[in-house]
Amino acid sequence: MAEHPYDYRIVRGFVFSALFWLIIGLVVGLWIAFEMFYPALNLTPWLSFGRLRVVHTNGLGLGFGLAGIFAATYYILQKLTRTPLVFPGLARLHLHLFNIIIALAALSLFAGMNTTREYAELEWPLDIAVVAMWVIFAVNVFATLVKRQEKQMYVSLWYIIAMTVTIAVLYIVNNLEVPVNLFKSYSLYAGINDANVQWWYGHNIVGFIFTVPILAMFYYFLPVSTGLPLYSHRLSIVSFWSLIFAYLWTGAHHLMLTPVPEWIQTVAIAFSIFLIAPSWGSVVNGYYTLQGNWEQMRSNFLVKFFILGITFYGLQTIQGPVQGLRTLNAFFHYTDWVIGHVHMGTMGWVTMTISASFYYMIPRISGRPLHSVRIANVHFWLILVGQLLWTVTMWIGGIQQGAMWKATDADGSLTYNFLDSISSLYPYYRIRFAAGAVYFVGILLFAWNIVMTIKKKDT
Amino acid sequence: MGLYAKPLLFAVLSAVVILVGTVVTVFIPMLMPSTQPVSDYVKPYTAIELEGRDIYIREGCNNCHTQTVRPLRTEVLRYGEYSKPEEFAYDRPFLWGSRRTGPDLNRLGGKYPDSWHYRHMQSPQSMFEKSNMPPYAWMAHNRLDTGYTRKKIAVLGYGYADEEITAQLVAYKAKVTDHAYDSRAARDEVTPEALRGELTEMDAIIAYMQKLGRDVKQLEAQK
Repeated sequence: MAEHPYDYRIVRGFVFSALFWLIIGLVVGLWIAFEMFYPALNLTPWLSFGRLRVVHTNGLGLGFGLAGIFAATYYILQKLTRTPLVFPGLARLHLHLFNIIIALAALSLFAGMNTTREYAELEWPLDIAVVAMWVIFAVNVFATLVKRQEKQMYVSLWYIIAMTVTIAVLYIVNNLEVPVNLFKSYSLYAGINDANVQWWYGHNIVGFIFTVPILAMFYYFLPVSTGLPLYSHRLSIVSFWSLIFAYLWTGAHHLMLTPVPEWIQTVAIAFSIFLIAPSWGSVVNGYYTLQGNWEQMRSNFLVKFFILGITFYGLQTIQGPVQGLRTLNAFFHYTDWVIGHVHMGTMGWVTMTISASFYYMIPRISGRPLHSVRIANVHFWLILVGQLLWTVTMWIGGIQQGAMWKATDADGSLTYNFLDSISSLYPYYRIRFAAGAVYFVGILLFAWNIVMTIKKKDT
Repeated sequence: MGLYAKPLLFAVLSAVVILVGTVVTVFIPMLMPSTQPVSDYVKPYTAIELEGRDIYIREGCNNCHTQTVRPLRTEVLRYGEYSKPEEFAYDRPFLWGSRRTGPDLNRLGGKYPDSWHYRHMQSPQSMFEKSNMPPYAWMAHNRLDTGYTRKKIAVLGYGYADEEITAQLVAYKAKVTDHAYDSRAARDEVTPEALRGELTEMDAIIAYMQKLGRDVKQLEAQK
């Protein structure tokens, strides 16, 4: 603390946590990818697909994703306010509580304690712990903002505020449940309402974890790592408010053609299409920031991560609304197409942006140069190729399965039984596993590079 | 601009902005009749069906199986009558799912005899060589825990008296352990000897599967 006024230990703590949960989450991901074509791998109840899939999504979404977000938020917050964290002790508590919660979450999900609500599977005692952790985080965010030395709040801080507020609303409303005992509860809502609440949450938790705070990183780290000012302040204002306004209307595009009232579905489609505009507002802002300086794609390894990351965000935010359209949804929903869609966002946009943010922060907070730019480049190409192979394979598999479900013979009877539609995908599942393995090697290099940078002795 | 220099005002304004869509598409519908339809033909789960449903939840079956048939021609051909809002009145949580690695189950009840389910749960691959469903043979080795059944039904407000719950459990146990039970051979094959006179987790999850869509099928049959 004597060397510099900012609390960087907390940033480093969350960076390490993120890397740890990233590796755990990916190992589980590889395991379930293998189970998809080799069911003998369901060795025990706690290793069966139904339990492990949830460990995978929670481990990466909440473990890796949130830890990465907390690391970057604590860094950005102090830098943009030119103010040290107001409560460093609370931040330390936040870090420990976070890791305890994620560890207990993993154990409880392995044990089959889950509420089935996607990305909200944790049982009620852990929900309460999550809310407590979020309050601790929010206190530091707002206290530091109030005490700030810099008058104006830069774009990234708007996104951090929006995330802090919205996640709290989403998490509390969706997790209202009546306990039966310490390990079991029932949702407060029933049937149609339960579905509607859950997908309002499910869609927006992705939005306010995998979009909003990642945009905060993008808006901060792209300019500082290139030395180029953001292209348009006005565009960032328009993008921000229209994004956070429109997002909350769209959850029911996950419930197309279900018994949820049709008008809710239709409103969701309309706002989903509208969302292309603010999403691309950020994409365009990013591209134009590099205007006249595109040679940095070659000379500055961080730029590759950011530009490919925002490109996948752009593709994601076109694909999402399109597959929400009722007729296309009738074809694509429930197939692997959607799994491909999700992973372009998470393996592409989210991971690339967090990776580059870590590569920017770690040398600066440890006062040592990055261990190896060369390894960072190899990491970039491995996760790029792994992700593309992964997602494209799932898209093709999804189209195939959707087509097989719809196929009828001349007499109007179904051409394929269900088992045909899934067993014909096993070759795709093998390719998916291989793509995941390539991606995993890239991530191991990433973790190694960060750890070696921090461990490096001053010479 | 002043707003960008006032973090607390900014937070309040953000909350208002995100709440507009939330109120219109989530909160207001909660109070509308269209989101909470009830119908006499849809019956709440019995004690054994509810315990089966909780095992379905515990094992994350919803990660591979959906429970909602869409109003599409090929879908109705494959699974049966499309899903109606009132069918889910007693579902807390709903279990519609989001991915079909396995088939939809909303019309599964009555499609196969119990014996089919016992053999299938024990080893899906022995019935369908190419199936990628995990085997659940171990469920027949677990005695069904009914310690919280009464509490669960009280929380869910299904309205059964305690004696009724006991009677439901006793009746189901009597059914599956009876010599005349039509799926007895299959049940005995998968259930260890010590548990053949008891209710197992496998019994419960199969009772739940046989309930899925049964009320709708009975309604259709009456037409």
